[in-house]
Amino acid sequence: MNDQAVILESVSRAYGNVRAVDNVSLTIHAGEFFTLLGSSGSGKTTTLRLIGGFETPDAGRVLIGGVDVTRLPAYKRNVHTVFQDYALFPHLNVFDNVAFALSLKNLSRDELRRQVGAALELVQLAGYEDRKPGQLSGGQQQRVALARAIVDHPAVLLLDEPLSALDAKIRGEVREEIKRLQRETRITFVYVTHDQEEALTMSDRLAVMRGGRVLQLGTPLDVYERPADLFVAEFVGKANFLDGQLTSQAGTRATIRIADQTVDATLAFPIATGAAVRVMIRPENLRLQPPGQPGFTGVVTQSQYLGHATQYLVQSGALTLRVLELRRRGTVPHAEGAAVVVNWNWEEALVYPQTKAE
Amino acid sequence: MKKLVTLFTVLVFLFMHLPIIVIIIFSFSEGQILALPIKGWTLDWYRQALQDDRLRTGLMNSLKVATAATVLASILGTLGAVAIQRYRFFGRQAFRASVVFPILLPGIITGVAMLTFFANANLPLGLLTVIIGHATFGFPVVFNTMAARLARLPRSLEEAAADLGATPTQAFRRVLLPSIRSALIAGALLAFTLSFDEIIVTIFLTGNQNTLPMEIWARLRFGMTPEINATVTMVLVLSGLLVVTGQWLSRE
Repeated sequence: MNDQAVILESVSRAYGNVRAVDNVSLTIHAGEFFTLLGSSGSGKTTTLRLIGGFETPDAGRVLIGGVDVTRLPAYKRNVHTVFQDYALFPHLNVFDNVAFALSLKNLSRDELRRQVGAALELVQLAGYEDRKPGQLSGGQQQRVALARAIVDHPAVLLLDEPLSALDAKIRGEVREEIKRLQRETRITFVYVTHDQEEALTMSDRLAVMRGGRVLQLGTPLDVYERPADLFVAEFVGKANFLDGQLTSQAGTRATIRIADQTVDATLAFPIATGAAVRVMIRPENLRLQPPGQPGFTGVVTQSQYLGHATQYLVQSGALTLRVLELRRRGTVPHAEGAAVVVNWNWEEALVYPQTKAE
Repeated sequence: MKKLVTLFTVLVFLFMHLPIIVIIIFSFSEGQILALPIKGWTLDWYRQALQDDRLRTGLMNSLKVATAATVLASILGTLGAVAIQRYRFFGRQAFRASVVFPILLPGIITGVAMLTFFANANLPLGLLTVIIGHATFGFPVVFNTMAARLARLPRSLEEAAADLGATPTQAFRRVLLPSIRSALIAGALLAFTLSFDEIIVTIFLTGNQNTLPMEIWARLRFGMTPEINATVTMVLVLSGLLVVTGQWLSRE
C-alpha cells in the first residue's frame, strides 16, 4: 500500500493573469484528514479541482496513489467529490444517487444493493432510499452526497466546503459525522474550508493557503502555536500584534522595546538586533494582574462574559490588547474601568520581522 | 368601473376566439352554407372529411413532415445548446447568432433561398425538402429553450457524474438529458406545432405532395366548406391534446 495518497509537484494553474494556484507542492498521506484552509481566492478550491481532475495544471504534476494522473480526466480518477452545493441528481431518488458510481461498473444487482445499503447505513439514512433529493433537508442531502461519494471506496475523498450551506445549528453535528466517517472508512479526506475552527478541530494536518500559495503546512497544533508568518497567525485563531524594536537577544529569547516598555518574547526566526519587529501573542496567553506588577498598565474597556471564559479589551496607551481569561471558581471578572496590568510568559509570545503592510 | 373592465375583457376574448368558436359550431351544422340560423345538427361533415382521400393524405404528409422535422430539430438543437453552454470555442457568439437567425427571417426569404439552393443542388422537391426547410426554423426553437435551461442547470451536476466515473457520453445520457428533458419536450412540441401549420416555406419546397394546411388553403379558393370546418376542428382538438400531453410530460 502506498503511503502517499496525493502528491502535488510544483503545480500551477492560472486564469488569465490570475495565478489561482502558484507552484504548490504537497504530499497528502493515505488515510489522513487533510485540510486546505484559506479565504476566498486563496486557491484552495482550485487545488481541490486539480486533484479531482476538473482542472488541468499549466505546470507541475498530480499523482494519486503514486500514479501520474495529471492528464487524466475526472472520470478516470479513483477520487470522488462532495460538492459545495451537493450536486445530487434531482431526477434520481436517494438509492439511485448513491448507486450511481456502482451502476457504471459491472456489479450484480444484489452486490449493488448491499453496497448502497452499507453506505446509507454509514450515514444513517437507511429507509430514505425512495425519496427524491428535493424531499430532503439540507443535512440529509449532505449525507446522501457523502454516501454517494464513499459508496465504492475511492482512494481519496474531496470535500469542497461541505458545511457552508448548512445552518449553524446542525453544522457541528455534520462535522462530527464527517470526522466519524473518515475514521471508520480510513479513506483519505481532502477538505476545503475557509473556517479556521473547522480546520483546527477536524484535520490531522492542514495547509494554509493565500494567493495560490501554501503559507504553512503542519498539524493544527503547529499552525496555531507556531504560525509560519503574521498572516497565518492572524488568519488562524485570534492574536494580538505589538510593534516594537528588537534591542537584544540571547538564544531564542529576545528583548523588545514596545512603546515605553521592555518585554521578552521568543524568536520564531533569526532576526538582526535593532530590527523593527512585531510580537504575536494569543489572547489566552495574556495575563491580567493587579496594578504595580511589571507589564502594560491599562484600563479594562470591555468585559464580555462567555461562560467558560471572560474576554477583555484592555487599553494601555495607544495599545488595545485582547485578553481571554478562563473562568475559575471563586474569582470575580474584572469590571469595565478597572485598572490592570497585562503581561505574559516570554515563551508564549512570538517575534516576527515586520513586513510591508499587506 | 369594474363592470367596464369585465366587459372589455370579454370583448377582447370574443375578438380573439369568436372565429374559432364559429368554425366549431358550423362544423356540426346541417346546412351547406355557413349562415344563421342553424337548422339542424349533424356529424356528416366529419364522416366526409375522414373519408376524403386528399385531406387524409394531407394530414399524413403533415404528420410525417412535422415528426421528421421535429426529430431533426431536436437533435441539432440539443447538441447546439450543449455546445454553446458547456464549451468555450472560437466564434461561439457568432455561432449563437447564426443559429437563432432563421427565426427572424421571413418565411418567404427562407423559401426562396432554399428553393434556389435545392434547385442548384439537383435535389428534387418533395417531402424531404419540406422537412429540411421546417427543420431550419425548428432547430433554433429547440436550441433556444434548451440553451435557456442549460444556463440554469448547475455545472456541478455534470461534474458530479464525471467525478463518479461517468464518461462524457454516460454523463450526457444519464444526468444531463434527464435534467433537461422537460425543456426538450417543450421545445420539440413548439417545433412540431410550428411545422404542422407552416404554409409559406412549404409552398416553395413541396413537390406534388400537399400538406394539410396547403390542402385546406387550396380548397378555400373555392369557398369555405363544412368539411373544412370539421377538419380544422379535429386539428384543433389534436393540437390541444398534444399541448396538454406535453405539459404533463414536462412537469417537474
